[in-house]
Amino acid sequence: MTRRRGLTQFVAPALLLIAVGIVGGLTSAGTQEDITSVLISATMVIALYVFIGNSGVISFGQISFVALGAFAAGLMTIPSAVKPTVLPNLFPFLADHSVGSFESLFLAAGLGALFAFLAGVPLMRLSGLAAGIATFAVLEITHNVLRFWDKIGPGAQTLALVPEDVGPYEAMLGALFAATVAFLYQRSRSGRLLRAAREDPAAAQAVGVNIHRHRLVAFTISGALAGLAGGLLVHQIGSITTEQVYLELTFLTLAMLVVGGMGSLWGAVVGAVLVSFLDIFLVDAEGGVGVGPLDVDLPSGASLVILGALMASMLIFRPAGITGGRELTLRLPRLGGRGPGEQPDEREAAADQPQPEQALAPGTRSETPRSET
Amino acid sequence: MNVLQTLIDGVALGAVYALVAVGLALIFGVMRLINFAHGELITAGGYTLALASAWPKAAAIALTVVVCVVLAWAMERIAFRRLRNVAPATTLVATFAVAFTLQAVWLIAFGPQGESADVLSGLNQTAVSGELSIRWITIVMLITGGLLLAGTILLLNRTTIGLQMRAAATDFRAARLLGVRADTVISVAFVIAGVMAAAVAVLLTVQRPLVTPTFGLQVTILALVGVVVGGMDRLWTATLGGFAIGFATSVLGEALPSDQRVFLPSAVFLLVIVVLLLRPGGLFAPRGAGGVERV
Repeated sequence: MTRRRGLTQFVAPALLLIAVGIVGGLTSAGTQEDITSVLISATMVIALYVFIGNSGVISFGQISFVALGAFAAGLMTIPSAVKPTVLPNLFPFLADHSVGSFESLFLAAGLGALFAFLAGVPLMRLSGLAAGIATFAVLEITHNVLRFWDKIGPGAQTLALVPEDVGPYEAMLGALFAATVAFLYQRSRSGRLLRAAREDPAAAQAVGVNIHRHRLVAFTISGALAGLAGGLLVHQIGSITTEQVYLELTFLTLAMLVVGGMGSLWGAVVGAVLVSFLDIFLVDAEGGVGVGPLDVDLPSGASLVILGALMASMLIFRPAGITGGRELTLRLPRLGGRGPGEQPDEREAAADQPQPEQALAPGTRSETPRSET
Repeated sequence: MNVLQTLIDGVALGAVYALVAVGLALIFGVMRLINFAHGELITAGGYTLALASAWPKAAAIALTVVVCVVLAWAMERIAFRRLRNVAPATTLVATFAVAFTLQAVWLIAFGPQGESADVLSGLNQTAVSGELSIRWITIVMLITGGLLLAGTILLLNRTTIGLQMRAAATDFRAARLLGVRADTVISVAFVIAGVMAAAVAVLLTVQRPLVTPTFGLQVTILALVGVVVGGMDRLWTATLGGFAIGFATSVLGEALPSDQRVFLPSAVFLLVIVVLLLRPGGLFAPRGAGGVERV
């Protein structure tokens, strides 16, 4: 029965993603673009959630895996014939080989995982603020290298001519895949041990949990999903620059996760979908849209102000996010009442909920008195 | 380019980053808040200087201080007062959201191309030429940095409010139980941060007179990295960390061959990762004190 209860927690996020995808498939071409980007954002936020939500350690570095995935998938799907003219400084083996769009997604995910693993081996020893700053350093280095090393990519220019073959359905499949992986991981032994370590690192270590190893597992899976999201992104817009996968995206995806509630998969999906739709609506409103009887016409640039202010007030008034870090359990009403094995397992439910106060950064609020300021 | 020259330039840039670090560390000390929006105070100061560039210099600088202090105080009153006792990561994202909002406001108000604020551009002339070439701004940076840091230390160690701030930073709850007014202490911390931001704005506009919406952001991010690397729990380690990252950036920039100079951020951040791995509690934190996590 525990297993079944667990599965019902997967239904809500999956249904939401499918609903968004199907609505996207039925609308006009312009809206399809928007819906596709909503689903790709959701994939990124799920990737963030796999590490941040389960481990309770903040990371500003996950967008570097998105960047790597996007550039790898983009670079390898540009036809070999045009590569030497567009990117003359490329390493020969990068210039000579090309793969199909579908294969390039595996490449993106694989490289994301590899990079995350290599970065994670040393970095996963850190907690709290030190971890936040170290992962931020990874983002800065990735951005700096991608921007200026023109042997591995376009440098400061735009990587263009990438096949655009990700629409709402492909993005929906990508997001569903990410949600499935995230769900399976959080129900796995490693995921549970990591969530235990999030709540009380000392107690978890005392019973023999190897925190470093499980953080590394989560970081690597998160890197793979982030790389996949990057691959989807580049195949949606057909081009990419280093600035598109840098600070602003880091902030936006983190804000989506925190607004939704970083303790649950449901929170990650809800936050991503709500904030992306809000963003799209506000950008449209800058050109003037009608909401019922009202005509909304925002001055240009106002969408960012409103979005920022909304997110700031969300975090100030409800720091645990919309969902409060809880999973939504959907189950069909059953005829004939509960069987003996159908009692809701309150202890298990309680163990899955983070304590909002200490959900993140264990150890930053040191118990030891500090001698001076 | 000789070694002494490199060191002097490094110390001057370090002094500016140290001022940013003081603003960040004071607020972190009293309310455990990592204030990403500190950079927006610096940007606001830059825009004020740009708009007041026709005024007498002293009046323009005074107005800058007033604007920064009022904005800092307002930020605390409107947004951050409710973030007490929230997990540091959430406050980090919340202050980032405030910074993001203010940047969008600057973008609407002043446009992306930037405003020129060359109020004190006379300071770019060389004061000492010959073997060493030192510009006036370098000297002004060193003196301003030294004076403000000394002033902060005096305030913390020689006044009642300073004593209360140190008490609040050590144990906020116990300090409140003993009658320290939380609101006063936190407001004073923000006011000092505002003064520091104004000073940084004035010093930075001399070197980069073009104030854009992200004018203060890069400085703040780098200073924040320095603060964490130095050790965020104590004011002096945080300040030293801010100084160190400014110094390291300047010196590494000189040390790298000119065709590799674009990779300066990679070099700096690689150094940051190495230091964090070796001393996660802070580079300057006393041995054994920084790493007392329960892990």
